[in-house]
Amino acid sequence: MTRTRRPGISRRSTLALMGAGAMTVAAPWVARAQAKTIKIGMPTILSGRVAQLGTSSRNAVMLEVEKVNAAGGLAGRQIEMVIRDSKGQPQEAARVARELVNTDGCELLIDAEASSGAFAVHEVARDLGVFCIHTNSETSALTADPKQHIPNAFRTARQGVHDSIVGGSYAAAIAKAKGLKKWATCSPDYAYGRDTTAEFTLYLKRFAPDVEIISESWPKLFQPDYTEVVTKILQAKPQALYSCLWGGDLTSYIDQANIYAMFGQMEVFAVNMADYTALTVVKNLPKGIHSGNRYIKTFPGTPENAAWGDAYKAKYNEYPTNWSWENATAVMLMAEAAKKANSADGKKLAEALAGLTIKCPFGADGTVTMRAEDHTLVGYAIGWGTTIPQEPYVPEVKAGDWKTIFELEAEWKKSKGYT
Amino acid sequence: MDLDALAGCLSSSACLVTQTTSGLIIGMLLFLVAVGLTLIFGVLKVVNFSHGAFYMFGAYFAMTAYQLTGSFALAMLCGAAGTAILGLIFERVFMSRVYGADVLMQLLVCYAFVLIFDDVVRIIWGPEFRSMGMPAAFQVMPLFIAGGVVPPYYLLLIGVALAAAVVLGIGLSRSRIGKVIRAAAHNPGMVSALGINTGLIYGGVFALGGMLAGLAGALAAPVRSLTPGMGFSVLIESFIVTVIGGMGSILGALIGALLLGLIRSFGSLGFPLFTEGLMYLFMVIVLVSKPTGLFGKEAA
Repeated sequence: MTRTRRPGISRRSTLALMGAGAMTVAAPWVARAQAKTIKIGMPTILSGRVAQLGTSSRNAVMLEVEKVNAAGGLAGRQIEMVIRDSKGQPQEAARVARELVNTDGCELLIDAEASSGAFAVHEVARDLGVFCIHTNSETSALTADPKQHIPNAFRTARQGVHDSIVGGSYAAAIAKAKGLKKWATCSPDYAYGRDTTAEFTLYLKRFAPDVEIISESWPKLFQPDYTEVVTKILQAKPQALYSCLWGGDLTSYIDQANIYAMFGQMEVFAVNMADYTALTVVKNLPKGIHSGNRYIKTFPGTPENAAWGDAYKAKYNEYPTNWSWENATAVMLMAEAAKKANSADGKKLAEALAGLTIKCPFGADGTVTMRAEDHTLVGYAIGWGTTIPQEPYVPEVKAGDWKTIFELEAEWKKSKGYT
Repeated sequence: MDLDALAGCLSSSACLVTQTTSGLIIGMLLFLVAVGLTLIFGVLKVVNFSHGAFYMFGAYFAMTAYQLTGSFALAMLCGAAGTAILGLIFERVFMSRVYGADVLMQLLVCYAFVLIFDDVVRIIWGPEFRSMGMPAAFQVMPLFIAGGVVPPYYLLLIGVALAAAVVLGIGLSRSRIGKVIRAAAHNPGMVSALGINTGLIYGGVFALGGMLAGLAGALAAPVRSLTPGMGFSVLIESFIVTVIGGMGSILGALIGALLLGLIRSFGSLGFPLFTEGLMYLFMVIVLVSKPTGLFGKEAA
């Protein structure tokens, strides 16, 4: 008896189909890689207390993507952004990132999450092998810790340790010049506040060894009233105060400290003051608060940077934030890497991006570099200056010295056991 | 713990004055919010979980009025009057429908409005934080009393809140309306049988409670940043105040709020890492030793 082949699908072709199906499910970006447009997924925070920062990230990305598309796209492919809200929750950020790749067919990711979410998205990138740029997480360990290193992930945000080195050396110079020995600190009581304050005081004491911290205050994040903290600091009578409060907390603090005339009694170093979100909101900005630069269109004082800030304001009717320049830089780097690789393929982009230097309005010398060894951005404009109550708010910013930053960063990495 | 700092402060008149006024302003603002909460509970027998929203609206109304007119007095007036009207509408249209319902239902309605009011603020004023700014009249050097630092604005703030407390206390105990309100709290059936419109009284009490919270928000607006959801943390602290002072007692709210303010200002010196904890610890002690609160009446 001969077996006749029944019409329909044979076992072999079924297996082949299933195999192909499994491939598509497992690696959809490979299957869709030949599509004409390229989808870039972007999880970010569009609701809740820090929604303003997420929105400013989206705005900056769209501003740059329009330019790239007008110039022909990523290696000839038009970019389509798929932007989703993570509500600032790490597990949601990871879920959204996974969904963007697996369901929406995004071939590249721009991860515009705060630090908590960024580490979660980083694990997704590790798992799926998809190209990913972290744009907002400033936590140094994300790229400094070799355990975190993967070939397909990068960071275009400033780095906490860079900030602390520059802030510490700037503050120490002033401390020495004015004889400021007794310092107080006042920072929000969570990981960012604690770590940043510790790193700042570490470098402050390193550059000015006779500085002494005589009072520490740790108000809760989003605390409405700081009166008891303000009066406590007044009692301690320090010569200088460091704070990494930010946003609405910082403006509340300033308003409440103002009526106690605190700013006349000590030098104040508030690293997050010089951001337009705080500068434009606070009504009675005291003169002479020392702050690190976040985004300010007068630093670097180049026509390119001013033009970028104005273009953003013209389009969105508000000034860019710290997160804006970090996201814009990501798109600029991707565009240049695609040109160099002549491809929008994630793997080739990653190869081209490592070690790439591009012209950029936010560069300290007009360029920024994606450092090859740890995939993090270096050479960006970083500095400190003092405030005035009206535009340009921080008329002169003293630039940090990247040579010193590199030296101390290497030392810091060694002390952490990273190298 | 830093008991040396606390002892050092208690023995220095400068520190004592500064920390006491700092405790007073925290306490008096809290009192304005908590007294509305306790009043509404005392008369209407509902726990108004959306009370923080009135504090928030008071602040936003004041900011807008100040930006439009530049007058601080008008800003305070708008903050208080605006929230009074809002309270009246909220009570008549929504809360009055759930008086007979169980606590869970009332809680759900209030919680729904916490979210709705936050979103309304987000739609009207935007999701970003805002700042009203200190009026020029108060941008002066602080006063130095016995070496302690006292900002003039805070003197005004304490004065206004204290005046509200006195007017409220005397009004409720001496005036005819006060008597009717107390009667309605005690036996609403009898009051309405006497031909008095209890609905109007309920609405009025709710409006009064909203107005006091709105006034607190308006007074806080020049020194605290304005965000959607800003009422929430104030609400939690107000609950602690009413639990300590006793639900329904105005004197209890005053004493509870002042105690809490002083715990914060002196606690931050002696127990910098446990200031919040102290507040709750104090509440637990009161609850264990006198479950009705310091000035609460035993349930009949």
